[in-house]
Formats: sequence, structure tokens, C-alpha cells
Amino acid sequence: MSSSLTFAYYPGCSGQGTSIEYDKSTRAVCKALGIELVDIPDWSCCGSSPAHTVDHILSAALSARNILQAEDMDVQGIITPCPSCLTNLKVASHRMRDEQFKEKVDDLLNEPCRNDLPIMSVLQVIYEKLGPKALAAKVTNPLKGLKLAPYYGCIMNRPPEVMDFDDCENPVAMDHLMEAVGAEVMPFPLKVECCGASFGVARNDVVTKLSGKLLDVAADCGAAAMVTACPLCQMNLDMRQDQINRANKSSHKMAVFYYTQLIGKALGLSDASLMLDKLCVDPGHLFREIETARTADAV
Amino acid sequence: MKIGVFVCHCGSNIAGTVNVGSVAEEALKLPSVAFASDTMYACSEPGQDAIIEAIKEHRLDGVVVASCSPRMHEPTFRKTVERAGLNRYMFEMANIREHVSWIGKDKDANTRKAVDLVAMAVAKLTQDRELTPKTFDINKRVLVIGGGVAGIQAALDCADGGLEVVLVEKTSSIGGKMSKLDKTFPTVDCSSCILGPKMVDVAQHPNITLYASSEVADVKGYVGNFNVSINRKATYVDWAACTGCGLCMEKCPSKKSRDVFNEEIGTTTAINIPFPQAIPKKASIDPEFCLKLTKGKCGVCEKVCPTNAIRFEQKQETAEEAVGAIITATGYDLFDYTRYEEYGGGRYADVITSLQYERLLSASGPTGGHIKRPSDGKEPKDVVFIQCVGSRDKSVDRPYCSGFCCMYTAKQAILTKDHLPESQSYVFYMDIRAPGKLYDEFTRRAMEEYGTKYIRGRVAMVYPKGDKYIVRGADTLMGAQVEVEADLVVLAVGAEAAKGAPQLAEKLRISYDAYGFYMESHPKLRPVETNTAGVFLAGSCQGPKDIPTSVGQGSAAAAKVLALFSKDQLESDPQVSVVDIKRCVGCGKCIQTCPFGAIEEMDFRGMPKANVIETICQGCGICTSTCPQGAIQLQHFTDNQILAEVNAICQQTPAQNLK
Ligand SMILES: Cc1cc2nc3c(=O)[nH]c(=O)nc-3n(C[C@H](O)[C@H](O)[C@H](O)COP(=O)(O)OP(=O)(O)OC[C@H]3O[C@@H](n4cnc5c(N)ncnc54)[C@H](O)[C@@H]3O)c2cc1C
Ligand code: SF4
Ligand code: SF4
Repeated sequence: MSSSLTFAYYPGCSGQGTSIEYDKSTRAVCKALGIELVDIPDWSCCGSSPAHTVDHILSAALSARNILQAEDMDVQGIITPCPSCLTNLKVASHRMRDEQFKEKVDDLLNEPCRNDLPIMSVLQVIYEKLGPKALAAKVTNPLKGLKLAPYYGCIMNRPPEVMDFDDCENPVAMDHLMEAVGAEVMPFPLKVECCGASFGVARNDVVTKLSGKLLDVAADCGAAAMVTACPLCQMNLDMRQDQINRANKSSHKMAVFYYTQLIGKALGLSDASLMLDKLCVDPGHLFREIETARTADAV
Repeated sequence: MKIGVFVCHCGSNIAGTVNVGSVAEEALKLPSVAFASDTMYACSEPGQDAIIEAIKEHRLDGVVVASCSPRMHEPTFRKTVERAGLNRYMFEMANIREHVSWIGKDKDANTRKAVDLVAMAVAKLTQDRELTPKTFDINKRVLVIGGGVAGIQAALDCADGGLEVVLVEKTSSIGGKMSKLDKTFPTVDCSSCILGPKMVDVAQHPNITLYASSEVADVKGYVGNFNVSINRKATYVDWAACTGCGLCMEKCPSKKSRDVFNEEIGTTTAINIPFPQAIPKKASIDPEFCLKLTKGKCGVCEKVCPTNAIRFEQKQETAEEAVGAIITATGYDLFDYTRYEEYGGGRYADVITSLQYERLLSASGPTGGHIKRPSDGKEPKDVVFIQCVGSRDKSVDRPYCSGFCCMYTAKQAILTKDHLPESQSYVFYMDIRAPGKLYDEFTRRAMEEYGTKYIRGRVAMVYPKGDKYIVRGADTLMGAQVEVEADLVVLAVGAEAAKGAPQLAEKLRISYDAYGFYMESHPKLRPVETNTAGVFLAGSCQGPKDIPTSVGQGSAAAAKVLALFSKDQLESDPQVSVVDIKRCVGCGKCIQTCPFGAIEEMDFRGMPKANVIETICQGCGICTSTCPQGAIQLQHFTDNQILAEVNAICQQTPAQNLK
């Protein structure tokens, strides 16, 4: 095995478009932290939400193909930033532990899948393989004074017997990583509430209600920004914030970061490599405040 | 030898799937069998009379009954044969119900198996020898472990019956959970008014010796003669001198000590008497918080104590007590609700347990009976009760119902309205379980007279919003999601086995279930007995129980002890191991292997030999399979007796003749 932290990387489709800043910042942060990402060759879509609502076997086959592609790589596991891709990969792998199920999936593949690589989120790798302490040691620009509401979304840790990471009602991995980079983590109680997910298109009122509540409560507990680990959550809270404000007669201006962007900031990576300009709600003032406080402290 | 065989129909229980007639016919063909017949109910009066008649008429030397498991009726039939003049060990039972008729439907196969089992029993009986139990004196003192309401009742009943009672309580006062309650359902009478006098009776009864702040360290011996060591924890106060005046409490500067009695609503002093009605009313020092014991300075209590009772150097002591019976009444503990992260996992000040709420309601509690929120001391307006927290939930490994939470929640909702007429209570429930006398009427009253809003469904989440809490759950009757804004959330936490229950069970050699609750000897017919002779159960150590049932069991266990002690002597079981001195080489393997320490080494003409202490031997037989010489034999289960059974099934059996 090459370096001690080498993983097959599954970027996921949204990482190519709507959440390109998540993908870019993930790659930049992993590089800086010494986690080597090797893209799974010729990876394909995991089927997202539609596939598994139609057929469990076909859906599992989509993910199993990607797992299979990674099995000849010299890696410690498969990792992905996106909780939705993660769910599909882990559920497929979990279901394939049933021999009969696996046989049906294998029939659809060129060759049978070994199904023995660990599958994790990038968050889990940074939290468990590296750890908050090691991360803190690498911080050059601590995000002192930045008040954050950590928002994990509803699928990152659920169902617990499949996802097998952190607490499914009160996860803390991102909290500890954000503390490690110097930010102040607020007691945000709705960490695992639903944001409305893909209803943004079909039933926009559902998203404006659910995501609106997330923004309200984040503001109530004194957060200046939210931090997420999920492309869909980030999009609903950030891109749809105007729609939410209009529907609920609110006036939120809450920046919504990917946790990788904030780690990158604290590690001193360039704004361009973190694609901070892709965020809809401009976070610029937050960093200026941190900077001002830092120079004031220095004087 | 002349043997009689009786094959029981057990109504249709056996006869339904076993041809009992042909089992009896085949039995008659066995060597030594002089009489065989089938019988409708062998255990009934006519059934037993028929056995006695046959013994007399055919001059039988022994009897086999083929019927049910020996668990229940072996003692019955042993008495029957004894009444006919036989030794009670000249009897064998073949279990053709649990081992045959109830587990297979193939009548031919069942009949063949029944014949085989009867043949085995007959073969063993031919090797059986008369055994005579020895008698020994009973020590008519009783140990009660746990001073909750169940243990108090058991101790008082035994003491009133003239027995000497030793009561051991873990905490510094008796009273258990009931002493923490404000009022009790379904009559809403004041808990300390009905429990207090009983506690005083315990203190004043000449027959009761109370060890508070104590635990049972070790139990040796057997029914009639137990030797118990009791650890008396250091309280740092000489209780013989302490008068309970409370001066030390007034002056102790360490005022932020853990208030266990008030369920940590508020704090207490390092030296304290847990509550005004405590029995014994003696002060103890919590060494974790005492400034003198942690930092070496202070000692204020030593200066103010008018009777010089403070002893900073006190150490744990051990007391020894000899008793003839033990009643275990160690109660229950509450489920640790912080495992429910969705209810805040202990992070929200105003999400409290039901027992904490009892302390808020109680006039002698930390708020003087005024309902105030722990966070800001404000009176709540909307109070939400969540039932089944840690009950009926497989995801936290608590699939059972705690039984009393539905009732106490209704009580607390009623009391909330009494205290705060402007308030509104909501109860999230799964089902309402109120099967006791006047119980259903009581929960109805909470709804109809007191306007409590009952919502049928689980709560998914509790989270703070401003200075209120949002309680979100399902209303399964409306098929809707509901959100209630609450000022205070009370969790009806379930009951689980008392801490340390399994460890105590090991010392007492009684069984416990997967959750740590103690096992009764029979779920219907022997509810307060255990499978260890002389050890009885009372109250919620056996499973969650409300006060009436716990008290009933306390009295029941006392009655069992009084019945046991109504004789002066007990018979010991002769089914114990016996060492053949000639064969024993004194290797000592049996001494190492006996789990009860029943074998000792003795000197026999200068040679070491094993010797079984009959009264300690439980007849498990482990030693007999350990002894390399075959020198130690378990009476009634000797090698010869067991081999006779083995031979009986390995031979060309009568069952094969049936084909
Ligand atoms: C919030 C709440 C409200 C309730 N309200 C009512 C009500 O209104 N009416 C009603 O009928 N029931 C009510 N109950 C139920 C009631 O508490 C029980 O029925 C009752 O306490 C059972 O008594 P017990 O003696 O079996 O157990 P406990 O009260 O638990 O007493 C057990 C005693 O044994 C001691 N102990 C434990 N382990 C050891 C050990 N190893 N060695 C020595 N001592 C030990 C404990 O310290 C304790 O003193 C309520 C329960 C709760 C939680
Ligand atoms: S010595 Fe300990 S118990 Fe006594 S008054 Fe001081 S702190 Fe309180
Ligand atoms: S039969 Fe069991 S209890 Fe009796 S001496 Fe042998 S090992 Fe000990």
C-alpha cells in the first residue's frame, strides 16, 4: 500500500456541477492533510434517490459497479464527500452481505464484486484517521470568533446500523473538527433534521418551511454561519435562501459553508482552491471580521 | 424387585399424541415390572390413591410414573409412595409430556419414545437405594436486603411474627423510591404520610436490627443456616453518638454537594441527613465533597457537633450475621434517559425525569413544593410528559413495559393542575396501561376533569427554541405530526434492575433475567420464591411493580419465611456426593472443581482424603465427573444408576418391538 492514508475517491455527480466547490475544497484539504485521493477509474452515477425507489437490485448494481472498479486499486477504502452517494454505496454493500441478494447483483456486473473494502465519508476519515488534534496542529489561520451552526443533514448517520458512524441523533464529528480549526460551535439542536431534500423542485413550499426552520433556529442560537457536509443541504440553505426569505417573510443572510472550505481556510489555502466565490450568500465579511480581530490581537 | 408403572394421560395433554395404553402394555413386559396401567390424572386424588392401592396389593418395591416434568410433581409422588410405606427415593419419573407429547405430533414415534423413557426409568429404579434425609436445626432469624417499601413491609411482618430481622439498606436511609414521591396514585394520598409511620416502626421495633449505608458482601451456607458478611460503609460519623440534630448541616461550608435524595435537583451539604423523615436519622459525610477529606482543611462539623460524633478517620467495617432465610427486596433503578440524544441527552436543563418532578412537587423538596423550572426558576405554563422513555423500546434494549409510568404520569398531570391552575399538561403515550383497581378511572380523571391533553404517539425530538422547548411527535390517531411548545418536559423514565443486582444474585446464588431482574421459582405459582431454598423475593427487584403489589409481595415473602420457620428442624437433601474412602487417592481435584466449596481435605490415618460437607453440597455432580478414580458418587445419580439408564436405551428396546 502506498501512503498510509490512500483512498479510492468517489466524487459523485453533483461534485461535477452544483457542488463543484465541495469537490474542489475536499481535494485541496485532503492534499494539505496528507490524505491521498485516487479517483475511481471510469466511475458512474450512484443512482441518487430515483434508482433505489424503483429497484433495490438495479440500484445496488450501480454502486456495486463503482465498488468493483475500486477493488483492484491499492487503497485502504472507498471514500466520498457526498452523504447521498455514501448512503447508496453503504446500503449496496450492506445488502450484498446477503448471499442471495449479492448473486443477483453480481449477475449484472462484468465480474463478481468482493465487497470487502471499507466505505466511509471523507468526514469520517478526517475525524477518525486523522483526528481533531492532528488537524489543530496544522492550523495556521484559526477561525477565531466564527460562530457556527453545524448541520449534518438527515442521512449522514442514518440508519445507524448501516452508516456506523457517530451518534445518529446528536453527531459531533463536525463539531469537533470546527473547534479544532478555532471556530465557536453553537448548540444547534437541529443537526439531523431534514432540509426538504429534493423537494426543492417538486414542492418548493416543503423546502422553504423545513430549511426556513433550520435557518431560524441557527440564527436563534447565535450562529453567524452554518456549516454542512451535504451538497443538497447546502444548496437548499444557500441557493434557496432568497426563496425561503420570501416565503417566510424572513431576512436571513446566513452564509452556508462546506466544512472542507472552512478547514481549508484555517489551513491557509487560497480562496480560489476552495471556490468560496461559488457560495450564493457572500461570506466575505465573516473572514474580514476574523482578520480584523487577529490584527487587533497582534497589536 | 417388583416395580409398578403408571402412565398418565394428563387429560389429552399426553394421551392426545401418545398411545398411553400401549406404553403401559409394553412396560408390563419389562423385567421387574409387576404392575402397569394407564391413569387419567396421576396427580389427582384418585390417581394417587390408585398408586397406593397398587403398591399394597402387588407388594411393589418401587414406582415409575410416566407423566410430566419432575419440576412440579416429583415431590407430589414421592409423598404418595411414602404414604404407602415405601422410601421416597424408590420412585422415578419419566417425562413423557414436555419431552414427548408436547414436542411431536407423530403418535407412533411418540409412543416408541415414551416406551424408551419408561424403560430407562425402570432400569434406574432397579439400581435405586433407600435414602434417608438428615435433619438439622433452623436459625430462626431473617435477613432482608433493601429497605424500600417492599423490604420494610417484609421486615415488619417478620418482626411482628416474632422473628429477629436484620435489615440491610445500601443508602443512608430506608424508604426507597417511595420516600421520594410526593403523592401516590390512585388515591393521591401523601407518600411520606403513609410510609413515614412504617419507617418509624422499623426504627423502633425491638426485633429489627437496621444496617443502613451497608451492603451484603458475602453469603455462605444454606437454607436454615446462612452466614452473611455485611460491609458497613464509612459515614465518617459515629451513629451511636449522632442525635440527628442537624447542626452540622447548617454550618457545613461545602454546600454544592450532590443531592442524591433530591435526584440532583439542587445541591446539599457534604455532611447531611438526606431528608427530615430519614430512618435512621443520622448524618453522613460525602467524602467526594467534604473539604476536610479532600483538601485537609475545614473540620467545621467536628467543632459544632454537640455530641462529638464526627470521625474523619472512620473506615469501612464488616459485620457478620447468622440467619436462616433471606428476603431480597432491592427494588429498581431508573433508565438513564441521556441515551436518548433526540430528547437532548441530558443537555437541556428543563427536560427532567419523572422522579425529579416528584421532588419538585414535594412540599419537603428543594423548591418547597413549588413547581419551578430548573433553568430559570420560572413557573411553567405548558408541561409536556413523554411516556415510555426507556420502556417498550427495542432500540435501547428495553422491550418490556415498566408498568407504573402510565399511572404516575396521570398523577403528575393531575398534581400539576392542582399546583398551577393556569397550566396545561400534555401527555404523549403509546397505550395507556391502567389495569388495577380504580386505575382506569384515575387516568380518565386526568383527561376529563383535569383537562390533560393526551396525544397518542412517540415523540421524535425535543429542542430548545428561545426559552421554550419544541416537542415534536406523531399523533397517530390524527395521522399528523404535532409540535407542542413546552416550558418544562418531564420524561416518564422506565424501570430497570437495581444497580449491582446481578452481582448480588451471584452471591445469593439466585437467577436473574437478561435485564438483571430476579427470577421467581414459578411465574404463576411461586412468585416470591427463588430456586435457591431459603431465599425469597419481594417488590420490584423481580420486575417493575407499583406500591400495592410491592407491599403485597413483602407480606407474601414474610409469610413464606414464617411458614418455613414454623418447624424447628429442616430435612437436608440426601442427594449429595459421597466419597468412597477406599478409592479416594486424595488428589484434591474435586476440591478445586466444586463451585460451592463443599469438599474439604481431611486426614484419614495419615493420608489426605476428600470429605463432602453434606449441608453445603448442592448435588450438582460436577465432582463425580472430575474424580479420576470414580471415588466420589452423587447419591441417587451414581454411575451404576446412570449406566443402567444408558444400557436401557442402547439395548434392543421394547420400543423397537412395537414396529
Ligand atoms: C416517578 C415515579 C412515581 C411513582 N409513583 C407511584 C405512585 O404514585 N404509586 C405507586 O403505587 N407506585 C409509584 N411508583 C412506583 C414505586 O416507586 C415502586 O412501586 C416502589 O418504589 C417499589 O418498591 P421496592 O421496595 O420494590 O423498590 P425501591 O423503592 O426501589 O426500594 C429498593 C431499596 O433497596 C435498596 N437497595 C438496592 N440495592 C441494594 C443492595 N444491593 N443492598 C442493599 N440495599 C439495596 C435501595 O437503596 C432502596 O432503598 C412511582 C415510580 C416512579 C419512578
Ligand atoms: S468537614 Fe466536611 S462535612 Fe464537615 S463541615 Fe467541613 S466540608 Fe462539611
Ligand atoms: S456435587 Fe457439586 S456441590 Fe456437591 S460436592 Fe460435588 S461439586 Fe460440590
